[in-house]
Formats: sequence, C-alpha cells, structure tokens
Amino acid sequence: MSASVLYDAPGPRARARNKIIGAAAIAGILGLLYFVWYRLDRAGQFDASLWDPFQYTGIQQRIGEGIVATLKAFALAAVFSLVFGATLAAGRLSDHAPVRWAATTVVELFRGMPLLIMIFALYVGVFTTEPLWALVIGLTLYNGAVQAEIFRAGINAVPKGQSEAGYAIGLRKTQLMVTVLIPQAVRAMLPSIISQLVVTLKDTSLGFIITYEELLYTGKLIAQTSQGFPYIPMVLVIAPIYIAMCLTLSGLATWIERRSRRSPKGAPVEAPEAEAAVAEAE
Amino acid sequence: MNVLLDHFALFREGFLGTVELTALSGLIALVLGVVIAAFRVSPVPPLRYFGTTWVLLFRNTPLTLLFFVVVLALPRLGLNTWSFFQLAILALSTYTSAFVCEAVRSGINTVPLGQAEAARSIGMTFTQTLRLIVLPQATRTALPPIGSLMIALTRNSAIAGGFSVFELFSVQKTLSEEGYGIWTIFVWVAAAYLLLAFAISALFRFLENRMAVAR
Repeated sequence: MSASVLYDAPGPRARARNKIIGAAAIAGILGLLYFVWYRLDRAGQFDASLWDPFQYTGIQQRIGEGIVATLKAFALAAVFSLVFGATLAAGRLSDHAPVRWAATTVVELFRGMPLLIMIFALYVGVFTTEPLWALVIGLTLYNGAVQAEIFRAGINAVPKGQSEAGYAIGLRKTQLMVTVLIPQAVRAMLPSIISQLVVTLKDTSLGFIITYEELLYTGKLIAQTSQGFPYIPMVLVIAPIYIAMCLTLSGLATWIERRSRRSPKGAPVEAPEAEAAVAEAE
Repeated sequence: MNVLLDHFALFREGFLGTVELTALSGLIALVLGVVIAAFRVSPVPPLRYFGTTWVLLFRNTPLTLLFFVVVLALPRLGLNTWSFFQLAILALSTYTSAFVCEAVRSGINTVPLGQAEAARSIGMTFTQTLRLIVLPQATRTALPPIGSLMIALTRNSAIAGGFSVFELFSVQKTLSEEGYGIWTIFVWVAAAYLLLAFAISALFRFLENRMAVAR
C-alpha cells in the first residue's frame, strides 16, 4: 500500500496545514540539531586541542589498522558462517531423520543464545590469548545458524513442481539440489543473505567487550590515552565509518534485489522476508 | 549445579536486571517505533524524511557503538546525572525502535487497501484512519515479528553488561573472574536466557490468540 492510500490528495486547506506542520517539524529538527551542536560547543568538544590527535599519522594509522581488524574479523566470520550455514541447511534438509534432528538442535541452540555470552565463554574458556578467534568462532556459530535458516527457507520456497519435475526425469537428490534448487534458492535469498552479513559486520563490534582491537576498541584506546579524553570527537569519526561500511553492504543487497526483479529471467521466487528482517536486530 | 545454588542471589539479581532492561526498553521501543512508523507514512514530507533517516541510521549502527556513545560520550554533554541503567535503556530502546518501526510499517502494508479507502470515504482524517482503522488491523500481522524482536532485545541487552549495568552477562563475568569453570556458568546463564525467550514467546502467542479473528 502506498502512503497516499492513507490520506486524500490534499486540497488547498490541507496543503496549507501540511506546510505548517512541515515547517514546525523542520524547525523542531533544526532546533534539536542546534541544541546538540550548542551543547557540544559549550562542552568545548570543538576545541582544536581535542581534534589534534587526528592529525598525527600515528593515530590515523591506528584507526586504519582498526578498520582492517574489523574487516578481517568480518571476512573470516562471513566465509565460515556461510560454509557452516550451508552444512547445517544440508543437514536440516536431509532424508535421514537423525541428521535432521541433530542439525535442528544445533541451529535452535546457537540461534537462541546471546552472541555475547557465547563469545565471552569462548574467550575465557578456549581462546584466552586470541580474542580474534573467539570473536570469529562466536560470530560463525550464531550467524551460521541464522544463514542455515535462510538457505532452508529459500530452498523450500522454490515451487514444488521444480523438484517433482527433477525427480520425474530421473535426477538424484544431490543432482536435483545442485542443478535445480540451489541456483533458484540463492537468487531468491541473496538479499537476505547479504542482510545477515550486515548483521555479522555490525556484530564484529562485540570484539570491543573481549578487548579485540577492532575499530571501536581502538577508538576507545586512543581516546583514553589522548589529551583531554576526546571520546566525542572519536565517536564523530568512528560512527560514520561504521555506518558507511554497513550502508555499502545493505546498498548492495537492495541493488541485487532490484536488479533481479527486472531480470529477463523473471523475478525470483518470493522470499520469506519477515524472518530475515527480525534477524537483523541482533 | 553448585555454582547456581551457591550464588543464587547473584543469579537472581542478574536475571531481574535483564528482565527490567528488556521490559522497560521494550515498552519505550514499542511506543517510539509506532510513532516513527506513523511519521514514515504521514502526509508531511519532513516527518517522512525524519522517520526514514532514523530507521536508516539506527539499523546500520552497531549496538555496541550506540552503547559506546551513550555511556562514554553523552555524559560529557551534561547527561551526567543519568545512571548507567538509564543510559543503557536509552541505547536499547532507540536501537530497537528502528526495527519495531519496520515491523509496524510492513504490518500497515498488509492491511487491505479497501479498509483505508473506506475510512477516507466516510471522511476520516489521516490520524483517524491510522488510529481507528489501520493500526488495529496492522497489529495482528505485526505481532509475531515484534515478538521475535523482543526476544532479540533480551539477547541484545547482554551488551549492557559490558557497560557497567548489572544483568546476566555481568553474572557470567563476575563468576568467571572468581574462578568458576566457564562452561558451567555458561550453561546456567544460557538457560536463564532461554527461559526468558520461552516466556516472551508464550506471552506473544497468547496475545496472537486473543487478537485472532475467525475467518
């Protein structure tokens, strides 16, 4: 339903009223922004001395290293979680009941656990000196379980006639999966898969809590040891970096979705969308 | 078993901390999310832009970064009378509100067109249409995703434990510092979260049944 269904095309009076409300809203938003700026200014957060550290090449380098560390954890976790997810999905779609049960248990277990609790346990219990691996394995277990559900939903969303036709011409299950179901499922689920990768990227910041030196923790270390504790300048530098990284990935998802919808092969099968949207909150 | 029984008071306090965090920020997020969703479908363009920016911003910010902002940066702007608990609720509720907004908006989209058209044709204004006709029906489809969001919120609230709020994650940290085996603690803390998740999904299933209409 487009937004305009909820209200009539505005006449002259409604237009005037909407303009007044709009002007008030703009004034309110600008006022809020000014208030934030004013408080920042009054707290001396725009003092050149607080922003000085960002001019040192050493500090710039450390922020760069933080970004690299974040991307490294993300890349490892992304690859591992896709592999783990594919394995679990194969298990859940297996013809053998015990395999199905095992895979379902693993998926439900890791999906239901708070990620931080898992990462912390892995950090204390297994990888005491290697916070990177605690983070990567934790992210892999959780996101792999979610990706498995996305894969499974995608394969189940392929119309039943496809697999029936495959079996009718004598394909075995593996052949059917590889040549018929997976290509169609991946096309339909690619946006959801990438959205879940955005979640993985966002969750690398949990490394902050187990002192893995990714972008956020590096930022804290720099702010802690610099003159005047420039936490706010640090946030103003780091937050856009994070948001830009996430927006690039989600932009990719939207682009692929739009592109496949007008593809000459026709729109992909309808993807079960609600579940993916919820998973993003993690 | 011993870890749980010996430190039952600690576990209880942590459990209650998580429950409080979830309940309060969940409530605020629901209200905020519905308001932002209303902004996003309103006839006033600046409000629509505000809603869109809000969702875009908070959906693409890591929650840990948001905690970093409220706990380490906001007190320098004069919010220093707020306790860590209140700051944590601020972070959790603004973050979750963006997701609630999306759930509500997709709920609004599933209400049949004829409903809004009928409301308009008997002369209802935008607010009346939304409040009396569309939102009550949107609730029905928005409830299951909101339930999952609340469960996710329970798990997300663990991050607050990393920022000086006492809840279940802090229990895990404290006990592991005291030298108990991490996996025994892990099992009990995880069980507590699972218990909460079951309680929330039972609550939402009850609400769904109440709202269900015979078709």
